[in-house]
Amino acid sequence: MNAASVSAAAPASTPACAPVLAVDDLTVRFVSRDATVHAVNGVSLRVGAREVLCIIGESGSGKSVTLRALMRLLPADRTRLGGSIRIDGTDVLALSERQLSMLRGATVSMVFQEPMTALDPVYTIGEQIVETIVRHRRVTRREAQEQALALLEHVRVPSPQRRLRAYPHELSGGLRQRAMIAIALSCRPRLLLADEPTTALDATVQIQTLVLLKQLQAQFGTSIVIVTHDLGVAAQIADKVAVMYAGQIVEYGAARDVLLAPQHPYTRAMLASTVAGRPRELELQTIAGSPPDLRALPPGCAFAARCPRADSACSQATPPLRAAHGDGYVRCIHIDGASRAASDALAPADR
Amino acid sequence: MSAALPSAALRAVAPPGYLHAIARRLRHDYVTLSFAALLVLTVLAACCAPLVAHYDPYATGLLGRLKPPGWQGHLLGTDDLGRDMFARLLYGARMSLAMGVAPVALALAIGGTLGVLAGFYGGALNMAIMRTMDVFYAFPSVLLAVAISGTIGGGVASGLLALTLVFIPSLCRIAETATSQVRALDFVEAAQATGASSLSVIVAHVLGNVLPALFVFASSLISVSVLLAAGLSFLGLGVQPPTPDWGQMLAGLRQAIYLQPLVCALPGLAICIVSFSFNMVSDGLRHAMDIRA
Amino acid sequence: MSHIDGSNAASHARAARLAGEPAADPRDRGGLRQPLLIARGLRKRFAVRGGLFGRTMAHVHAVDGVSFSIAKGETLGVVGESGCGKSTLARLLMRLVEPDAGELIFDGEAVGERTGLTLGELRKNVQMVFQDSSASLNPRMSVAESIAYGMRVHGATRDAARQTAHTLLEQVGLRAALFAARYPHELSGGQKQRVNIARALALNPRLLILDEAVSALDKSVEAQVLMLLRALKAQLNLTYLFISHDLHVVRYVSDRVLVMYLGEIVEIGPADDVYRNPGHPYTRALFGCQLDTDPRRRIAEAPLAGDPPNPVDPPPGCRFHPRCPYAEHVCTTRVPSLGDALAAPLHAVACHMHDAASAHTRAGDPPAGMPHAFRADGDASDARRPPDLLRS
Repeated sequence: MNAASVSAAAPASTPACAPVLAVDDLTVRFVSRDATVHAVNGVSLRVGAREVLCIIGESGSGKSVTLRALMRLLPADRTRLGGSIRIDGTDVLALSERQLSMLRGATVSMVFQEPMTALDPVYTIGEQIVETIVRHRRVTRREAQEQALALLEHVRVPSPQRRLRAYPHELSGGLRQRAMIAIALSCRPRLLLADEPTTALDATVQIQTLVLLKQLQAQFGTSIVIVTHDLGVAAQIADKVAVMYAGQIVEYGAARDVLLAPQHPYTRAMLASTVAGRPRELELQTIAGSPPDLRALPPGCAFAARCPRADSACSQATPPLRAAHGDGYVRCIHIDGASRAASDALAPADR
Repeated sequence: MSAALPSAALRAVAPPGYLHAIARRLRHDYVTLSFAALLVLTVLAACCAPLVAHYDPYATGLLGRLKPPGWQGHLLGTDDLGRDMFARLLYGARMSLAMGVAPVALALAIGGTLGVLAGFYGGALNMAIMRTMDVFYAFPSVLLAVAISGTIGGGVASGLLALTLVFIPSLCRIAETATSQVRALDFVEAAQATGASSLSVIVAHVLGNVLPALFVFASSLISVSVLLAAGLSFLGLGVQPPTPDWGQMLAGLRQAIYLQPLVCALPGLAICIVSFSFNMVSDGLRHAMDIRA
Repeated sequence: MSHIDGSNAASHARAARLAGEPAADPRDRGGLRQPLLIARGLRKRFAVRGGLFGRTMAHVHAVDGVSFSIAKGETLGVVGESGCGKSTLARLLMRLVEPDAGELIFDGEAVGERTGLTLGELRKNVQMVFQDSSASLNPRMSVAESIAYGMRVHGATRDAARQTAHTLLEQVGLRAALFAARYPHELSGGQKQRVNIARALALNPRLLILDEAVSALDKSVEAQVLMLLRALKAQLNLTYLFISHDLHVVRYVSDRVLVMYLGEIVEIGPADDVYRNPGHPYTRALFGCQLDTDPRRRIAEAPLAGDPPNPVDPPPGCRFHPRCPYAEHVCTTRVPSLGDALAAPLHAVACHMHDAASAHTRAGDPPAGMPHAFRADGDASDARRPPDLLRS
């Protein structure tokens, strides 16, 4: 209902094989008087219909910035975006402010880490859902309220009628997160972006939320991009996984492939340093050093300074993408068939 | 596996401290800097008034009353008693600036201390202090100042007392809020966990985090103080004649506004400019300190 | 002043643990068999005030009758979700909060009694490492000043304190020349946490309480800090109380584990035992929620529905009974006991099903079946289902 007005160039309906999200060589720089921060340096992604992509990275890897760039939520005066972002065929970087606000909520929506700060404390949950629906769809308030009730039932909020009239602070953390998911899905977006949606939740609530997201994704046919630092979350919910380091994707592929047979030294090191299942007598493998300063990235591979397999060739040029994991890729020059056999022996599946 | 050191990308250069960061930000804020320069100029002029002013601010001249600027060497004309306006403005600046800064400084010392104590200890002490402050806070500031000053009688001292009492509640409240916020932070708990006395914790940990916000707020109060002090002396309650003071000058020249509008408006203009400058500087300071390092 | 070589310290710790006894400590008073800390019947309730005149409307039962002991040289892990009271427990142990009831015995001496340990002496023996956050270090103080503060409080001169602060920085792996004059906003999360640890060690404590000390860190940094903590424990003959919501981490570092729910201990015992055979239904559900990094072992259904409950006015009897699939009438009336939890090696469960003398129909015969997460030989089926018994 709004795709036609959003972009004249976009087709009215996208063919089944076209990806919901297509990012090509995205770069994000934050410029200020002191320095330029190269937060994202050439990220390319494809997310198909009904697919869940998990972007894994640690702090400073650029994963949250990438996510916000997809909806252009970064401060306009300081940010320089490059590359291309196409959501459902629409070029997001070319949209005007008005077109952008029509895109947000209806085609793309976002779920944040802290539901308490993402929800408006002076409006009830019902009012916030209704506001989103009324804004993007041609329905009356009454119809919107009925849809809001149905949504709360979808997200398994108990006593939904009562909860519609509740304020955010009256709900528990898990319910608030569900309410936020309900708001995000109220207009049946094609793409749902989630920034660390379960990090602030307790373990029992986290698994409920992840299971719910998966069910809703199947029900509504939404594609999801989740940003997280937790490999367990990726394993639980992702179809595809992209590992980010210093603003670049270093490994990309199906979840099973990347998590069970990682190719990139950083992914391997991350998996080796996880505590889960490790016997007490064994030491944890740590990665020496710390991530590079994004204001002054070294030439060549950003991970070279900490990589056990680095050599002089690594610091000369950014490693090209090498095909791996089926239609995925790895950004490293030390991956080949021979080393892959040896590396399989270190895969964490065989503990 | 050794507990790893940071990578070689670390710079060995000593990193700039908190104040340097603020100074750096201020250096680029030209608006704030120009108003600050204006204030500095005013203070200097007020201090060097005897050197700058050619005429005696107290010397009356009934022949040359309410003359326009430039008449016989009077830079800004003369007032209703023939006294040189420029000289009176300069000497008046001393009073106005002093009555702008002194009450706030006193209120900061008293109200700030009470607020920090109330915020740190909480409980009954907090109730006692804050509810007392609420009583004073309930009065509009001008009314309170006039009431106190009028009761005690006019004069500089009573004006000072009145204004100080007006500003104590708000400074106390800001201090209390900031202190109770800081008090809830982990590092204060850690300091208490070492067995330190409350006084040591307050001085070493709490004050350093509360004072910046308090100073900024206090600086914004100075502009209000200048206005209020002028208002008090306008009403005859503050500085008494013949001591030059802008508010008082304004009151005296009120009648003559139709005869020599420019000259009569000058004291008002001066009050306006100084008050506004203080406002802008405090705003710029707040801005510079607001941004997360 | 060299920094710790983790591998040496680890083998040292291994040898010590194999010998079965911690190294002799000159500060030791009660002897090796004496638990370092005994907590008995700790209770803390907070009043919830509201209404027109600030009447007390309800009580938050933060910690309710908690008893346990920590042996010298061990790491006791504490797990639980929001509202379980683990943070309040930590503060009670340090006496940052005064308990409503209960006692603390440190190395054989009662704390706070006339004849026992004073609060000041307790502070020198028990210190806490806080969660890394922007609030864990004073933003206006340099790193060295933050570390030195505790020592200055106890009378050290400025130079001596600074010297010791530099030594401590080296011990936690930060080069003093580079870091001593830095401010917290110039440090990364891992570095700040090392400073937190150094600050806690400034008074040379014997017991370190780590309250979510690694929770806010990236995984690779978390690994570094865990290795550091392990090395420090061996080198300085420390005892740890490790509080965390992350079950994997707690299993990795702990010798014994206790599980808290709504202010009470529901299970306590040797770590491997508790993880392999969790007895309490809550513990089982909790362990069943842990995510695996293996995509073949996904959890199909959440073991427990709803949020962790609010500790305001908890339910009578066993506090888990509203969510427990095995709850019976006795569970709503009688509080299950942990037994003699102070007898260290015991794996105790506070559940009527595990108490042969209770009125529960399954008394003495708890249901079998355990979550797959912590079995040594997990089966690689596509979806990991919790036992049907736990669906609630």
